[in-house]
Amino acid sequence: MGRIAELLRALGTRVINHWVWRLGFATRFLLLTLKHSGPSFRRFYLTVREIYFAGVLSLIIILVSGLFVGMVLGLQGYDTLARYGSSEALGVLVSLSLVRELGPVVAALLFASRAGSAITAEIGLMKATEQLDAMEMMAVDPIARVIAPRFWGGVLSMPLLAALFSAMGVFGGYLVGVRLIGVDEGSFWSQMQAAVDFREDIVNGVIKSFVFGVAITWIAVFEGYDAPPTAEGVSRATTRTVVISSLAVLALDFVLTAMMFRGL
Amino acid sequence: MARIERAARVAVRKSSGLKFALSSFPDKVTIPNLVEVEGVTFGYDRRRPILRDIDMVVPRGRVVAIMGLSGCGKTTLLRLIGGALRPDRGEVRVEGRSVKGLSAEGLYAMRRKMGMLFQFGALFTDLSAFDNVAFQVREHTALRGALLRDLVLMKLDAVGLRGAAHLMPSQLSGGMARRVALARTIALDPMLIMYDEPFAGLDPLSLGVVGKLIRSLNDALGATSIVVTHDVQEALAIVDTVYYMSLGKVEFHGTPEQVRASGHPSLHQFAHGEPDGPVPFHYPAPDYAQDLLGGA
Amino acid sequence: MMTRKELDLWVGIFVVIGMGALLFLSLKVANLASFSGADSYQIRAKFDNIGGLKVRAPVKVAGVVVGRVSEIHFDNETFEAVVTLSLDSRYQFPKDSSAKILTSGLLGEQYIGLSAGGDVANLKSGDTLKITQSAVVLENLIGQFLYSKAAEGGDKGNETKK
Ligand SMILES: Nc1ncnc2c1ncn2[C@@H]1O[C@H](COP(=O)(O)OP(=O)(O)OP(=O)(O)O)[C@@H](O)[C@H]1O
Ligand SMILES: [Mg+2]
Repeated sequence: MGRIAELLRALGTRVINHWVWRLGFATRFLLLTLKHSGPSFRRFYLTVREIYFAGVLSLIIILVSGLFVGMVLGLQGYDTLARYGSSEALGVLVSLSLVRELGPVVAALLFASRAGSAITAEIGLMKATEQLDAMEMMAVDPIARVIAPRFWGGVLSMPLLAALFSAMGVFGGYLVGVRLIGVDEGSFWSQMQAAVDFREDIVNGVIKSFVFGVAITWIAVFEGYDAPPTAEGVSRATTRTVVISSLAVLALDFVLTAMMFRGL
Repeated sequence: MARIERAARVAVRKSSGLKFALSSFPDKVTIPNLVEVEGVTFGYDRRRPILRDIDMVVPRGRVVAIMGLSGCGKTTLLRLIGGALRPDRGEVRVEGRSVKGLSAEGLYAMRRKMGMLFQFGALFTDLSAFDNVAFQVREHTALRGALLRDLVLMKLDAVGLRGAAHLMPSQLSGGMARRVALARTIALDPMLIMYDEPFAGLDPLSLGVVGKLIRSLNDALGATSIVVTHDVQEALAIVDTVYYMSLGKVEFHGTPEQVRASGHPSLHQFAHGEPDGPVPFHYPAPDYAQDLLGGA
Repeated sequence: MMTRKELDLWVGIFVVIGMGALLFLSLKVANLASFSGADSYQIRAKFDNIGGLKVRAPVKVAGVVVGRVSEIHFDNETFEAVVTLSLDSRYQFPKDSSAKILTSGLLGEQYIGLSAGGDVANLKSGDTLKITQSAVVLENLIGQFLYSKAAEGGDKGNETKK
């Protein structure tokens, strides 16, 4: 009995030590990235390139998913609201769920698996093939030249992607609710406008997506930089990026929602 | 050609951090040895030291070869000189300054005057051959436009790949990629050039060209070179001094003539490629027969 | 490989449509344009009880939204709630208009309903409405109802107590 408890305790401290150590290392890495962010803005084309890879290349998946999520919300929402005779509130339901929750969260999850994994794989591969070492030997700081632009490219892309997702979703809800089912167009929009608040809903949604963007790209660049320099190490790091950043997005969403909408 | 070279070099001086780099290093004349390695011991982990008590000097203006069997720690030694690793014991000095004691800025200032050809090329996969060679020029100098283009094409021409400037690394063959990496290494005419296996994967024609290039770069630019190689004949033809390493130790050093004449058994074995001799071909392992039968 | 120009173009397009989406959300979904930017004037109204009224609740006249509640605070002298209304300058109302706190639907959001009076002079910024009617609080209503029931059947109540 005592032996088992001891074993568990040893395992526990190992795991905790490992994760706490990694978190500390990751934090130091983030601070280092922020400190060396000068070139990302002074030579903005470095960041523009990364916005292309993180943002533009995620456009299709974000737009299409947004449209479908909005259309499903339209169908399901109508079904439920019609039971209480308030199908005109469909616009409210679609827009509030998108702007407050689904837009930032689903866009962030898609972003993590589309752009986050690509960032990790690319940086991990650069490390495995000694490109980062070579850069360092050329007296060019890889954090400033490779990491920071990718970080900022992701951070700047995320809110735009989330806004596009929400807008597409509202449009999808409109297509299904108004065009297909025949909810009154006037009340669809006017009820929505009366219920959605700029400061409370839109701005909070943008803040959420910004926080998610920071979390995902931070995890992605860190996992890439920290990956063992082998093919297996890189592929594991890529998987870890998707898993950890998805969990981080969901957990952060709970915390942010509690702070923003419940005033905790 | 010469005019462009000179203009390029002036631009480099003007714009790069060489101002503090030059002033912070002792004067050229006072230190005859560009690189001094003194009593260096190093291991990636505590239990297995890779290098043991290495002593080595690289005089200014010379080409020095480091030879030895695979896995004896040659690449590791180059990394120690470049400051990418720190020795457990002993000291590496470049221009008389201990690499260990340098700050991050000092280290970068030192590296600006170094070029290193990595064993596997380490070309930037997202940049074309041209942009790979231009990388350092763009990072460290104000050179742009036609002048930059001329400089880069000149370097690519030196390795015979001017026509491949627009190709991406994935479109290059292994030997071509190594030559592009070589062109990138010498893009800024470094004071110390370290080549890790410059001859690996080259056909006999480019082998001769690259060998001559290493020698002529060294003499024309007044640079100093360290060449890590397995290619004994090619190396002996171009270098001034040979260091022969075995099992993490320097076994022998001397001029190519001394190497040829040497009666040192393991060096003789290495130089003539004989499988039987004092140097084991195999990595330390339990007895072969026992290993095979033990599994049954 | 992309040239730098193509890359810039795509990123430019991305930023423009992203900003467009944000604008769409702000203007078309949240209706930011309607009051915040337009000229408005502030008037005040005091209530005994505001129920569940919240800042940014609409102010309606004849069902049309003419402004929003911009501030709610408690007056410690008179023990009343002071509600500041921000009304669109396009709409003017007589000085003796009155304000009521109403509920949309049985359990919906509360809003302020203005009823126009007959005065010739109009309300100016900083004026206070004289006539107000507080929110209907469900508990009070039920309490009153039970009280009157109890008063009706007083004897019966006494008997059971005994
Ligand atoms: N990053 C590392 N971590 C742990 N051990 C390493 C690492 N890199 C190299 N080694 C070990 O160090 C020893 C020397 O490696 P090194 O790369 O210096 O050899 P080398 O002389 O360059 O060989 P080759 O001629 O094959 O390139 C090898 O035994 C190798 O196993
Ligand atoms: Mg090696």
